[in-house]
Amino acid sequence: MVDVVIIGAGVIGAMTARQLCRNRLSVCVVERANDGAAGASRANSGIVHAGFDAKPGTLKARLNVAGSEKMEQIAGELGVPYKRNGSLVLGYDEKDKTILENLYRQGQENGVRRLELLDQEKLREIEPGVSRQAVCALHAPTGAIICPYELTIAALGNAMDHGAQFLRGFEVTGIRETEEAVVLEAADGRQVEARFVVNAAGTFADKIAQMLGDDSFSIHPRRGEYLLLDKECGGLVRHTLFRTPTEKGKGILVSPTVDGNLLLGPTAQEQEDRESVETTAAGLAQIISQSGSEAEGIPVRQVITSFAGLRAAGNTGDFIIRTWGKRTVHAAGIESPGLSASPAIAEYVAELLQGLGLELNSREDFNPRRKPAHWFRELSLEEKDAYIQEHPDYGKMVCRCESVSEGEILEAMRREPKALDVDSIKRRTRSGMGRCQGGFCSPRIVELLAREQGISLEQVTKSGKGSYLNIGKTKGGEQA
Amino acid sequence: MKREQIDLAIIGGGPAGLAAAVAAYDSGVRDLLVLERDSHSGGILQQCIHNGFGLHRFQKELTGPEYAWEYEKMAAERKIPIRCGSMVLNVSPDKVLTVVSPEGVTQIEAKAVIFAMGCRERSRGALNIPGSRPAGIFSAGTAQKYVNCMGYLPGKEVVILGSGDIGLIMARRMTLEGAKVKAVCELMPYSGGLARNIQQCLRDFDIPLKLSHTVTAIHGKDRLTGVTVSQVDEQRRPIPGTEEEISCDTLLLSVGLIPENELSKGAGIRLDPVTGGAVVDEKRQTSCPGVFACGNVLHVHDLVDFVSEEAALAGKSAAEYIGGETAEESPLELKPDGRIRYTVPQRIVGRQEDVKVYFRVDNIYKKVEIQVTCGDRVVLSRKKAVVTPGEMESLTLKKEQLADCQGEQIEFALKV
Amino acid sequence: MVVEMKRELTCIVCPMGCALEAEIEDGQVVNVTGNTCPRGAKYAEQECTHPERVLTSTVAVEGGGVLPVRTDRTVPKEMLFDCMAEVNRVTVRLPISIGTVIIEHIAGTEANLVAAKNLERGK
Repeated sequence: MVDVVIIGAGVIGAMTARQLCRNRLSVCVVERANDGAAGASRANSGIVHAGFDAKPGTLKARLNVAGSEKMEQIAGELGVPYKRNGSLVLGYDEKDKTILENLYRQGQENGVRRLELLDQEKLREIEPGVSRQAVCALHAPTGAIICPYELTIAALGNAMDHGAQFLRGFEVTGIRETEEAVVLEAADGRQVEARFVVNAAGTFADKIAQMLGDDSFSIHPRRGEYLLLDKECGGLVRHTLFRTPTEKGKGILVSPTVDGNLLLGPTAQEQEDRESVETTAAGLAQIISQSGSEAEGIPVRQVITSFAGLRAAGNTGDFIIRTWGKRTVHAAGIESPGLSASPAIAEYVAELLQGLGLELNSREDFNPRRKPAHWFRELSLEEKDAYIQEHPDYGKMVCRCESVSEGEILEAMRREPKALDVDSIKRRTRSGMGRCQGGFCSPRIVELLAREQGISLEQVTKSGKGSYLNIGKTKGGEQA
Repeated sequence: MKREQIDLAIIGGGPAGLAAAVAAYDSGVRDLLVLERDSHSGGILQQCIHNGFGLHRFQKELTGPEYAWEYEKMAAERKIPIRCGSMVLNVSPDKVLTVVSPEGVTQIEAKAVIFAMGCRERSRGALNIPGSRPAGIFSAGTAQKYVNCMGYLPGKEVVILGSGDIGLIMARRMTLEGAKVKAVCELMPYSGGLARNIQQCLRDFDIPLKLSHTVTAIHGKDRLTGVTVSQVDEQRRPIPGTEEEISCDTLLLSVGLIPENELSKGAGIRLDPVTGGAVVDEKRQTSCPGVFACGNVLHVHDLVDFVSEEAALAGKSAAEYIGGETAEESPLELKPDGRIRYTVPQRIVGRQEDVKVYFRVDNIYKKVEIQVTCGDRVVLSRKKAVVTPGEMESLTLKKEQLADCQGEQIEFALKV
Repeated sequence: MVVEMKRELTCIVCPMGCALEAEIEDGQVVNVTGNTCPRGAKYAEQECTHPERVLTSTVAVEGGGVLPVRTDRTVPKEMLFDCMAEVNRVTVRLPISIGTVIIEHIAGTEANLVAAKNLERGK
């Protein structure tokens, strides 16, 4: 029996696990996919919002501002790429200007620091890449960008460094409550018994709640499509550019990423399906047409990939973070600004658990720091040379577009949470994320995954169950 | 960190790099080095196990590894050092190479450098095909690596998008190895591959080639389960109502090759937006003196034989540069008319030798005349029955013709 | 009875890919046009009567991996899959050098299957 089981290894589950591991507690994270950050935490805008968007008094407003303020420190501790590049909300006419003024006041009420309204001249001065159509803007210098899946993996890894268990492929199909505990049952027969449960199951959070007998909320997945452009375009704008929000939401943003690419998106499409992350021709066309009025001269021919993610929007309009019964805390309906709020959500969930009777006795030996995933990349040439002398694997280049060595890939396979498939390697090392999108390096990565796990090539997957890459040997094997 | 000095550094040990090295050696360069990122030389030829290489160069039909072996032998006879497992991370404008290998990081200062890094395949992202992102979508070259080098079959029911040569070759390879290739879709109304490959890779096996068709959706959650294929109009837009679902577990993309010029950009070398490679003169010298380029890093070739020929020219030119020979006269810019998309070289600086100019056209044209003019004067004109984008054309400008060219540019036009 | 017909072909002898037209009478090629060189005429004649192809594939290597192989001359086109059946059955031992015969008279044809690459042990 563990003290706390967390359902879902997205950014909320992972950050909550890390927060709980600051205390003398046994923690287990169960995840239906083959890795952490496999859902919304993998495919979102990667923006740390300043906190002016949400209505004052909501959980969103409170936790966004609080989370955003903590994020830089956490990113530093976990060695996750983070950059405070500032956000700009662009206005195109007098009506927008009024909305921006209201946003400014709302931001001040929420406690966002250093907000300012800009005229066109000042806007163009601080952001030369902005569209000439934009005539005014709200500037939030505290807005930042972060790599959302690296944050998730690192937080989960930091929790595992302190004893947290991580069970993959664990799809919760049933929940039983006894006098002393809650028992989670997985599709494959595994069981986890815990004193308390955190429901951070993303688009499935309402299904989990129903298994616990709570049908008070529902989740309505909203798909967002994105386009990612080559690193040559990352310098097109410095800030994250938003449009003046409408009743439909924040609209398409244009932002550099921490890796130096340019990101365009997301669209917003409600759907029934809780997993499908298909992109559509209409969605991609919409991104291209809208982003053009935010930044000048976006080279859409430099697109290297498109993808979609599902925001797990709840039916209340706010985050749904509350206790249920004696043993459960829901962290549901975590749509934007969930990533920004995640450090504060984790603390709030811990408080709610404490309220249910969980004892929080802090560990003196808790180490908030984790060796950065990209420590090798950050070394100087002299340092790299010295390290390769001792560790030749770091001199064997596997991914030529992103310059990722075999040593770094092996490290991703060996360090918790271990990468077990091709997409997991990609999220940790960036190999396969560059211009050729894995064309050259993926066969080698498949070989390394097979060797490291002692499995055959046809057992290696792209992203877990069913996503096999080869069907068998062409020669000399019975498998063919 | 180790530092070295060398006369000539050649980046890439594929067909271009090896041929350049052999030619440079034969022109007198002794202090030279080939840097190869893979664990073996030969480049992409090692996975092109089909025959059809070498008819021009060796007057016999070789497979890729056999063609590579011919050059590996020549390099070995000359004791040209090939440093495998060495990836060049950066080339500075003053020709200092930063190289990483299992031995460490080395900086090599070279008098001359030849770029022979080859090209890469265009990926799905560049196409923006909507749909899900399951396993089972490969570039044709990646599938070629799995099948030919590793001995694994990526899937059993295959659709191929794009009729480039690698895609056509893989249609035959996958069929012979037991897969069912259901269709090859080509966006354009004509194939991007060689006519002989349409015959021997598709027709031989009754594989349908769907011209003016593209993949408009991808289906499947974990592994690909099918694609939607649509016909396109003259503007290459999908025509509603023509959608056809084809069930398959594998989609191969053979939708174009892109010269791999990240190092050239880092060195500040001027690139041609049409070829994606460097702007070069007839010696294959780039805008950076002493830096030469040849093979698919310069422009995508159809035939390795012509890669070798171009690389030999670059090797000889690098030797002349190291020897201090410079024969620069008033440069002539070569201006293609648009129907002729590009020329290589893009400029001619000497008048002492004949210059072979390679070019590609933008569409299929029949009964054409290729006209080279300088001012009002026609320097050269050549009739051709047919020209297609899939096949590189060439013509030779005699030195006498060049000597007569006054002015700063000569125009290449296709008269239909 | 004399049967006359014309057949359009793409020459595969070299990468030029000439568009050929063969006139056939009574199963015999009597005239070929469109060819640039004599090999084209020969190809058309053969293609219309008994088409042949070079086969390239790989064979299994003892201890894992594959070796590229080819036939050292063309085989009848209709025999390609019979040849593949034999190719798929054989396993070679390393080292092996280019040109080494692996299967003589593959599938009863006049062609031998030969190694198309030098392969050392442990590669």
